[in-house]
Amino acid sequence: MTEGTLIEVEDLHVRFDLFEGVSHVLNGVGITIRNGERIGLVGESGCGKSLLARCILGLLEQKNIRIDGAIRYHGRDLFAMRGSEWRDLRGRRITMIFQDPTAALNPVFTVADQMVEVIQRGGNRKRKREECLDIARGALRRVFIDDPDRVLRSYPFQLSGGMAQRVIITMALANDPELVLADEPGTSLDVTVQEQTLRLMATLTQEAGAAVLLIAHNLGVVREFCERLYVMYGGVIVEEGSVEEIFNEPLHPYTQALFGAVPRLWGGDLPKAIAGMVPDYTQAPEGCRFHPRCPHAKPECQSTPPWVKLGEGRGVRCVLFEGAERSTVHA
Amino acid sequence: MLRRYIIRRSIAALITLFGVSVLIFFLARVMPGDPAMIALGETATLEQIANYRERLGLNEPLLVQYVVYITSVIHGDLGDSLYTHGAVLDDLAHTFPATLELILFSTVLMITIGIPLGVLAGRFRDGFIDNFTRVFSLLGVVTPSFVWALFLMLVFAFYLDVLPAQGRLSEGVEPPAFVTGLYLVDSIVAGDWATFRDASAHIVMPGTALAMASVGQTTRMTRANVGESFDKTYIEFARAYGFKGFRTAAVYALRPALIPVLTIMGLDIAIKFGSAFLVETVFSWPGMARYGVQVILFKDLNAIVGTVTIIGFFFIVINLIVDIVVSFVDPRIRLGALAQ
Ligand SMILES: Nc1ncnc2c1ncn2[C@@H]1O[C@H](COP(=O)(O)OP(=O)(O)O)[C@@H](O)[C@H]1O
Ligand code: SF4
Ligand SMILES: [Mg+2]
Repeated sequence: MTEGTLIEVEDLHVRFDLFEGVSHVLNGVGITIRNGERIGLVGESGCGKSLLARCILGLLEQKNIRIDGAIRYHGRDLFAMRGSEWRDLRGRRITMIFQDPTAALNPVFTVADQMVEVIQRGGNRKRKREECLDIARGALRRVFIDDPDRVLRSYPFQLSGGMAQRVIITMALANDPELVLADEPGTSLDVTVQEQTLRLMATLTQEAGAAVLLIAHNLGVVREFCERLYVMYGGVIVEEGSVEEIFNEPLHPYTQALFGAVPRLWGGDLPKAIAGMVPDYTQAPEGCRFHPRCPHAKPECQSTPPWVKLGEGRGVRCVLFEGAERSTVHA
Repeated sequence: MLRRYIIRRSIAALITLFGVSVLIFFLARVMPGDPAMIALGETATLEQIANYRERLGLNEPLLVQYVVYITSVIHGDLGDSLYTHGAVLDDLAHTFPATLELILFSTVLMITIGIPLGVLAGRFRDGFIDNFTRVFSLLGVVTPSFVWALFLMLVFAFYLDVLPAQGRLSEGVEPPAFVTGLYLVDSIVAGDWATFRDASAHIVMPGTALAMASVGQTTRMTRANVGESFDKTYIEFARAYGFKGFRTAAVYALRPALIPVLTIMGLDIAIKFGSAFLVETVFSWPGMARYGVQVILFKDLNAIVGTVTIIGFFFIVINLIVDIVVSFVDPRIRLGALAQ
């Protein structure tokens, strides 16, 4: 572990035992998040981004799942941790922002009830309700809610989507976390509201010095907000690099296809132009999982391509770059 | 505010009830069959029948009959029964509490067994409890209540001989002093434990037979809704933020899940009136469901109108209670209703 490493995911495999067979979704995923770093994770829907975030948080408890590999938090293996210790990280050291803020709030409890539930776990001792409400009021003002008491009294159905998202952001940051996992935050909201709340999230996480793993469909968002990027395809990280590197010079054929349409700053979704589909994980293609769709596919692609490290924080998984370690290569 | 909502609902309910009673009054009279002929039997002469009709006022125009009837109702008289020859009001005062006690008893079983079982099954889906519950509740739902009644009677009254098979009390046991008409309640009020035990022994079998279908139904509904609730994003959110396990299971998932269950339970209680007839017949339970069917067969006009009105009243009260409980549990309904 290098200094300042917050989360290290190493060779992570996730398999589900399904009726149709074993669904091998995450296939050797590795990522590193350093303190305060803003990381983007992009890829088509169904490629395993949410699954990775849920693994980091330890939310997968179903019986038919098998997880191999390691996730380290400050060098400590999360899988070896006691359940209660891992739970202690949730909502305190690691938090999550969901796609649909309205669905994330329980419909029959007030915002106050739900915020108190989160805030009372912060700090070193259990906080009293009044103390939590004070903290909540202050935090809500920071997301530009002028009348925090009205919002606290409200039930989720009384809030607009944007308001609900502000509440969620407040909850995510209330206990001063080290890492915020933002899984396509606010994609269910309308574009302007999504943009506003994303900016808000960006500013506040930066102020708080929290690291962010931003899962996004929208390349424009990633470009504006992130420093480093992981591109994922079919449960595999296929490319890593700084935002400039990847936007200026995408290497992996999948990344190139993904960036095929010049992304607009806001509202530019992934191009739909990539032919074919994300693989069926019960019968994932051997070797490079992208080969059925790849324009450069060769016979060698039938065996798993190596991870080619091209520099510090720069790498690609593709046979086209074999032997190109630490030099610049154009595909 | 909530009180105003309840008052408004109650007034609407009373108007509905009045409408129902008017409808039944006229329906009962245009139904085929001559009450006088049925009451006097096969041997009566045409002249006797005609006289009897005259005495009952059945030859008057319907509207006149209604005015006569409603005038006496206003004076607290629901007329006499052709079937029991007593005042309808007295008949109802005896039979309604008997049925109500049966229904309340089985409702208590429905709530105390159905909901916890459904929650456990929904929380631990496909586990042992869930599989057991699935069979148990299916059995409850598909087996008619009178089959349960006969089965229980055979086992506990006939083979094991541990429970009485008939009536509300053993012979020689006096009913407790009238407070609510519910023997279990009244005997507690009177502090009469011997009577309480006797009444309990009598109600266990019919109450259980009547409860089985609704216990099964409530279990299934609760299981389905709680199970679904556990798949909701807000549960994942709660887990992502480390909410305590108990809170997540018992409160966080249950409260939203309970809302549709409550509505179904209200319907289930209403349906019990229908099933109660057969259960009351099997156990010779002196209740109103049995009375109601007998007076209909006898074309006992006053008794029919009285019985139907009471049942309608009961339905309306159940509905109102369910609405109030739901509005307490569900802020969307409570605040929506207040906003009107
Ligand atoms: N609990 C689960 N059981 C079985 N398969 C799952 C489960 N969760 C996710 N998957 C599968 O993993 C794949 C990736 O899902 P997901 O991580 O949600 O993709 P993304 O967030 O990138 O759109 C999907 O094909 C999905 O079917
Ligand atoms: S390994 Fe082969 S199939 Fe995979 S991306 Fe590279 S060239 Fe295409
Ligand atoms: Mg996703």
